[in-house]
Amino acid sequence: MHDFDYERPVSLVEALSLMARHNGHARPLAGGTDLIDQMRLGRHQPGALIDVKRIAELNVLAADADGLHVGAAVPCCRIVEQPLVNQQYTALVDSCRIIGGIQIQSRASVGGNLCNSGPAADSTPSLIALQGVCVIAGPAGTRRVPVERFCTGPGQNVLQPGELLVEICFPPRPPHSGSHYRRLIPRNEMDIAVVGVGAAVELDESGRTIRAARIGLGAVAPTPLWAEEAGALLAGQPADDVQFARAAEAARKIVSPITDMRGTREYRIHVTGVLVQRVLRAAVARARGEAFTYLPGH
Amino acid sequence: MATADKRPYKVIGTRPVRHDGADKVTGRAKYGGDMRLTGMLYGAMVRSPHAHARIVSIDTSQAEALPGVRAVVTSADMPAQGDRVVELGEGAANMRHLTANILARDKVLYRGHAVAAVAADNVHIAEQAARLVRVEYEVLQPVMNVLDAMRDDAPILNDDVRTESLGAAPQSPDQSRPTNIAKHFLFEKGDVAKGFAEADLVIEHEFDTAMVHQGYIEPHNATALWNTDGRITIWMSTQGSFTARQQTAELLRVPVSSVKVVPMEIGGGFGGKISVYLPPVAALLSRKTGRPVKLQMSRADVFEATGPTPGSHMRLKLGVTRDGRITAGEAWIAFDAGAYPGSPVGMACMCVFACYDVPHGRVEGFDVCVNKPRTNAYRAPGSTHVAFAIETIVDEICEKLGLDPLEFRLKNASREGTRRVDGPVFPRIGMVETVQAIRDSQHYQSPLAGPCRGRGVASGFWFNVGMKSSVTATVNLDGTVSLIEGSTDIGGTRTSIAMQLAETLGIAAEDVNPTVVDTDSIGYTDVTGGSRVTFATGIAAVEAARDIQRQMVQRAALLWDVDPAAVKYDDGRLLGPAGKQFTFKELAAEIHQTGGPIIGSGTSSSATQGGAFGTHCVDVEVDPETGKVQILRYTIAQDAGTAIHPSYVEGQMQGGVVQGIGWALNEEYWYDDRGTMRNATYLDYRLPTCYDVPMIETMIVEVPDPQHPYGVRGVGEVPICPPPAAIANAIYHAVGVRMRRLPMSPPNLLSEILQRFQD
Amino acid sequence: MAKKRVVSATINGEVVEFLCEPRQTLLEVLRDTLDMTGTKEGCSNGNCGACTVLLDGRPVVSCLVLAMEADGSEIRTIEGVARGSHLDEVQQAFLEGAALQCGICTPGFIMQTEALLQANPNPTEEEIRFYLAGNLCRCTGYDKIVRAVQAAAQKRLATT
Repeated sequence: MHDFDYERPVSLVEALSLMARHNGHARPLAGGTDLIDQMRLGRHQPGALIDVKRIAELNVLAADADGLHVGAAVPCCRIVEQPLVNQQYTALVDSCRIIGGIQIQSRASVGGNLCNSGPAADSTPSLIALQGVCVIAGPAGTRRVPVERFCTGPGQNVLQPGELLVEICFPPRPPHSGSHYRRLIPRNEMDIAVVGVGAAVELDESGRTIRAARIGLGAVAPTPLWAEEAGALLAGQPADDVQFARAAEAARKIVSPITDMRGTREYRIHVTGVLVQRVLRAAVARARGEAFTYLPGH
Repeated sequence: MATADKRPYKVIGTRPVRHDGADKVTGRAKYGGDMRLTGMLYGAMVRSPHAHARIVSIDTSQAEALPGVRAVVTSADMPAQGDRVVELGEGAANMRHLTANILARDKVLYRGHAVAAVAADNVHIAEQAARLVRVEYEVLQPVMNVLDAMRDDAPILNDDVRTESLGAAPQSPDQSRPTNIAKHFLFEKGDVAKGFAEADLVIEHEFDTAMVHQGYIEPHNATALWNTDGRITIWMSTQGSFTARQQTAELLRVPVSSVKVVPMEIGGGFGGKISVYLPPVAALLSRKTGRPVKLQMSRADVFEATGPTPGSHMRLKLGVTRDGRITAGEAWIAFDAGAYPGSPVGMACMCVFACYDVPHGRVEGFDVCVNKPRTNAYRAPGSTHVAFAIETIVDEICEKLGLDPLEFRLKNASREGTRRVDGPVFPRIGMVETVQAIRDSQHYQSPLAGPCRGRGVASGFWFNVGMKSSVTATVNLDGTVSLIEGSTDIGGTRTSIAMQLAETLGIAAEDVNPTVVDTDSIGYTDVTGGSRVTFATGIAAVEAARDIQRQMVQRAALLWDVDPAAVKYDDGRLLGPAGKQFTFKELAAEIHQTGGPIIGSGTSSSATQGGAFGTHCVDVEVDPETGKVQILRYTIAQDAGTAIHPSYVEGQMQGGVVQGIGWALNEEYWYDDRGTMRNATYLDYRLPTCYDVPMIETMIVEVPDPQHPYGVRGVGEVPICPPPAAIANAIYHAVGVRMRRLPMSPPNLLSEILQRFQD
Repeated sequence: MAKKRVVSATINGEVVEFLCEPRQTLLEVLRDTLDMTGTKEGCSNGNCGACTVLLDGRPVVSCLVLAMEADGSEIRTIEGVARGSHLDEVQQAFLEGAALQCGICTPGFIMQTEALLQANPNPTEEEIRFYLAGNLCRCTGYDKIVRAVQAAAQKRLATT
């Protein structure tokens, strides 16, 4: 690995000042499971790493009247153990259970997954579906960016030099809602999504009609996508396979995947439609409180 | 060779804890990468970013100027080899090719091809220096596909390659022009035209398989010290310390006796740790620096620059009568050898019809150079490729004729006396018994219900080899025996060898202490490969035990003052006249008073094994919307001859099956159009994880090999052969699609499924 | 060159101080500086699990942890699993169940199993397979590994 400095600030102020001092040559280090590997491969050569794991604001995992706050450095293993997340933000749990293996989940954070800005990031479609908003601190103060507008290209995002992702916050989940994330991978675990789909639905009291739906797509474009129209199509419609198929068709229309070692363009377009329907079915089942078992990878 | 007593065995067939087990579950075992020496330097390789290029110049000055850098070497430091062909214990090798594969001379022939190496104070400095070596390349067009490489207008990799004809193949008409086709094999039996004329049904298809890697978890490594007296010591993980010694000596052009290879524990090999890559380079760096130098590959280097097994293109044709009797077979097999000649296509030619009695056959094979790493042995080299082709065609024939696939196999199976298409006649073998075992298994007898589920069966063959082994064994005063061997232990063979010695001496397995030693400390021993160690080193151990028996008899005779002919060695006891008796332990305590140490020695060299067969049964479920396959249940029946340690026999079977599952479903070298492997990580290469497979049910069939005193057959290789075909057959029975391309990955399978529904 | 710093961590119950560069991983320091070579290097990309250790009780791949990040933490490695000269239940089960062939992945599997049984003392086969999916073994086909984990779990349940 190349030579670099390592800093471990204990406050947000200190972290921002270190970021400023390194003048664009520092990278924040949370779990490091992407960053350290990329540095070893020479893909990134930052002059310094700012370890953000000791900063309180980046370690928050709690709900209040505004909803759920997930600090940018909170590792996946904490998220999957959090009771409220397990009850209400299930798509996020689905994602965090399959990012890498168990060892990776001990370190990797959702914030890091987002800042790495890979098109196939497993948590980002769930963040989009659950209406996550990024809270970003920088020299000019704090700003908020919806997750679907955070990534700008493979490995690229809206963070400006000196800025840090502090947390992702989610609005409270309405009653009769449910969410799910799944991906297609060739193996059953330890793989990069060929296609990943996250969806959240809200039903009416009867459980038969969809009030609102949001769908996030991964690995089918240079950035994770918000399939806005596919979700909007479902509003006011019966929660049935006919409607799910319509949403799938709409989702297929917005994807622009590539052919690579993980799958062909045609395959990804096809599987996008398959997964959108499966994920919507599961999210609706969860919204209705129906028993729903799901084996990752199957 | 005398066959052992028919009594039930006392040690053989039991499951003692392996002798090296405690070290391996506590982290104490020292693997090659764990080597640390005083003053040791760390090395790094400079590798080609291009698949095919001419080296214009190499400038090492910047690297040499970096503080902490101690030496840089290039191919200029390697001795010239000329046109020598040398026997290296794993077949003859063209030394010009071998040396160019270690450090490229005028051309690089694959991405990852080593060009130079650096030694420095630590690995970070070495890697930094490697990036400072400036290599100027003239980039050439790469050729990646075996059929493309066979064309007349293909880019040529090696100017010195002309087609060599083997078997009955006619001499290539044009020996003046270089070619990528290094070898042409032809084997014929009977009258193929007549055979096909007798057939009621002829099925013919083409098949493609991707290049795949052995995938051992431990990267290649070597630590070398070139001492001031000219003696070279290499500490490394290798499947064959004597082969590594010989290759290193030939590459460095030093006497073989001046090299000592110390085999460290080895973290997997499967055929891929026979060729040397790093030892000569580490040795040269050591000579330049006067210090020990350690080299270790990265995972990407292991994928890009070691010896995977070839990708292939095959055309196969089989004729049968209406009642399911094979009349003729014809195969055309082309393997991509990688950068230099030497693919196992010859083996593939011998294996393709080996499971069956094919009265009329013709097999043609081609060894073809392409811009990929030079291929090497991988578990039953060549046999898995051809099993995929023949066993899926057999399944199709059975379906078309309405025959049970196992009954078809029983009807046509090779037996003792069957002549293979390439000539040899089988001795006693167990093909039939493995088919019967699967036919009678709980798995095959139970129904499989559910949509998109299917069951497939397939068989496979591997020769197994004998070759040379040495063992010495010393009797200790406490009645234990120290066993010294040269076979590196890759999966528990210390114990399977110790058990054979123990059985012969009539003592407990735990009373034998086996140790694997370096090349100066034991007689010549061939590689741990070819499923040979438990067979051949086992024979040597039995010989050593008999040598001990003879000496013990003499000692007892001395103590009893009787003629040695009056003393009998029986099951760990020495029996003399008039009820005189010693246990092995009692007599061992007396050896210092009766003439001193007792050392038994044994070698084996001439025996060849009878061959191994296996038959597999698998249930799969296919997701018809995504093309993804789940393995629901898997059963393997295999002829082990006699299972010495059944747990480790089962382990070989299970491990081979799961490697075969990986090869079947997902593993492949995925190249872009510039010849760069885009998935040179475990993440994207996708070995099966434990969450991808079920328990692997095993049925050990025992048809003793008469050539071994206890009837052992090698078990390591044949289990990898049937899985791709068995899974392809199961997929067909699940969703009606015949897969003729590996891997049967979700995108590949889905495209066939969608095509079928379009048609 | 970035300055070396002293890092202090509790390794297998003992406080250990070592000097390292920022670019050195925990794996590198364990193996090269502390000579604890029981933790194995298989890929250094975080994809094989051979270098698994427990960091503050959680299983991690030590190739993706910087040694400096471990300052002040508690680390358990394969060298700290046996109690004196007695193997623990997991090691014993791997040994008796022939759950290793070449053995290079074994320390990582044992550490991951320790973490699993801590979190879930009586796992199902499915749960075992899911939890161990980050550890690659190329020799065994996993059958005997999964059985060894089951055996170790049962033995522990029976004795507690």
